Amino acid sequence: MRELSYAQAIHEALEQMLERDSRVLLIGQGVTSPWYVGATTTGLVERFGPERIIDTPVSENGITGAAVGAALAGMRPVLVHPRLDFMYYAMDQIANHASNWHFMFGGQMSVPLTIWGIINRGGEQAAQHSQALQAMFMHLPGVKVVMPGTPYDAKGLLIASIQDDNPVIFIDDRWLYDRTGDVPEEVYSVPIGKGIIRRSGNDVTIAAASYMAGEALAAAEILGTQDIDAEVIDLRSIKPLDETILFESVRKTGRLVVADGGWKTGGIGAEIVARVTEKNLKYLKAPPARIALPDTPAPASSALEECYYSKARDIVTVIKQVLKEGR
Amino acid sequence: MSDEHSLSAGTDIPRVTFKTMYATMLRIRKFEEKVAQLVSLKEIICPCHLYIGQEAIAAGVCASLKKDDWVFSTHRSHGHYIAKGGSLKALMAELYGKATGCSGGYGGSMHLAAPEIGLPGSSAIVAGTVPLAAGAALAFTLQKKDSVAVAFFGDGAVDEGVWYETLNFASLKKLPVIFVCENNLYSTHMSLADCLADTSIYKKADAFKMPGVRIDGNNVVEVYAAAQSAIDNARQGKGPTLIECMTYRWLGHVGSSDDLDKGLRSRAELEDWIARCPIKTYEAFLLKQNIMSRTEKARISKEIDAEIEKAYIFAKESPYPDVSQVAGKVFK
Repeated sequence: MRELSYAQAIHEALEQMLERDSRVLLIGQGVTSPWYVGATTTGLVERFGPERIIDTPVSENGITGAAVGAALAGMRPVLVHPRLDFMYYAMDQIANHASNWHFMFGGQMSVPLTIWGIINRGGEQAAQHSQALQAMFMHLPGVKVVMPGTPYDAKGLLIASIQDDNPVIFIDDRWLYDRTGDVPEEVYSVPIGKGIIRRSGNDVTIAAASYMAGEALAAAEILGTQDIDAEVIDLRSIKPLDETILFESVRKTGRLVVADGGWKTGGIGAEIVARVTEKNLKYLKAPPARIALPDTPAPASSALEECYYSKARDIVTVIKQVLKEGR
Repeated sequence: MSDEHSLSAGTDIPRVTFKTMYATMLRIRKFEEKVAQLVSLKEIICPCHLYIGQEAIAAGVCASLKKDDWVFSTHRSHGHYIAKGGSLKALMAELYGKATGCSGGYGGSMHLAAPEIGLPGSSAIVAGTVPLAAGAALAFTLQKKDSVAVAFFGDGAVDEGVWYETLNFASLKKLPVIFVCENNLYSTHMSLADCLADTSIYKKADAFKMPGVRIDGNNVVEVYAAAQSAIDNARQGKGPTLIECMTYRWLGHVGSSDDLDKGLRSRAELEDWIARCPIKTYEAFLLKQNIMSRTEKARISKEIDAEIEKAYIFAKESPYPDVSQVAGKVFK
């Protein structure tokens, strides 16, 4: 099969959806910029025109509201926030408006909006240019949250997000943009709310999404050389969570480790550990463990960044600890 | 602002529109009076922000709109819903939290929707629907429709950052949206002068190279004419307009109290505005100009009374939403 980079896969999803569905538009900061969003939007304004590829002033809340309004009026906007940090400005329109609209009026109007937020960290960018806020959005009742970890899923989940009748927050990661993988040329979708087993194993379940799913897989390969057989679940969607795949895996392995790139307190790991233990306590052979960011903002210095962000080696360490503690 | 309604402002207004606007204003007034009564009796529990005193704005703007033009409303939403043509039965049932309400009992007074008549919803977050209207206008442009979107908001919305973001974007993209400020001089308990460094809201349009006008929001003919002109411009692709309608709410921020006892405003100020009642002055004008007869006036009033009574009975008799449906419809 043909290989594309993660960034090219996003570009292709956008291009194909803009081409086949006149309701689709791309709006947000930097969609015509040479660097804001990597190469994901290169050439789109030349092809589809400034009416549908709308670069905007730095007015996150206003533009998010405009995208919600356009979605209410029958469009399928893809709204980009080139850094999640700036999405705090848009929280009102995401949390109070997009998330509530369908429920609040008894199901009369839906908001078919894709909110594409990019995690862009490392490179000494510090506390306000590095944040991974998936847990903030996971908390909202009326939005779905997806986090693709491969080029295949990046294209398929972006298409699924655009096709969904509800607000979907599509979170990608600049650390993945140059990764390559098989991507079909045709339009396809990856179901929202379904995880996938990337590696089968019997000793421990590692659940992760996005960049951390890749680190989990790398950790599992290292552990494999030491006779530890880890199962890796790439969650792909963090809301709705694929409980079935998680529960089945933990019932088999008896051990759970969650790896996430956000903060630990109130994070993705907290939610997954709670859900798994609520319904599977008797299967657990050891206390579940979480790999996450410490509860501190991101530092600037690369010397500090090196130990701030978790990698495969940290997952390996935690898993060995979990195996020691077990029954 | 003039207390006299001059025909010159409305020479091209069809006769039927004059009467429709009167009936709309009276329908809002009488409905809100009934709600105030039900709120004070604690029959209605839901917080209601009543529209009494501001009727000319919703009536004048909505009389200039087509059914497929959209209006976005606020926490003070009953007037917009009624003026756009919403059913009183479904409205009253919503205020009672009944399953037959216009939002099925999930929204309440601050969250009314009737998409079939061009009301996609109202938001209780101050200025929250201002960008939504701009976005709907953007959609209409892309869809090559000649529809326009109206954002109703109070003077308090002008305190919000998103208001400025939206006016800039709407003007930048020449979107077919009309920003209608209902300046009732108070933002909950605070007077306008305690909130805005410059209380001339209409002048803020200059910063966005957008026309801005201040009108007598208690004069429905003036509101109609200003709205009509703004809507025409929007339909012709000339972009948005800011209309600041000076008005006053007779009751307090929320509920049936007039807030006078709380020392938030003076009785003299309230009485001054009551003397400039948008309905009374308009009614006198219609009778004087022989646009409406006394018989017609009595008939309209009687019909509205009957309609409100029916809505009240409907709401009372309707079932509550089934508790098995508490999770509602979060996703489509």
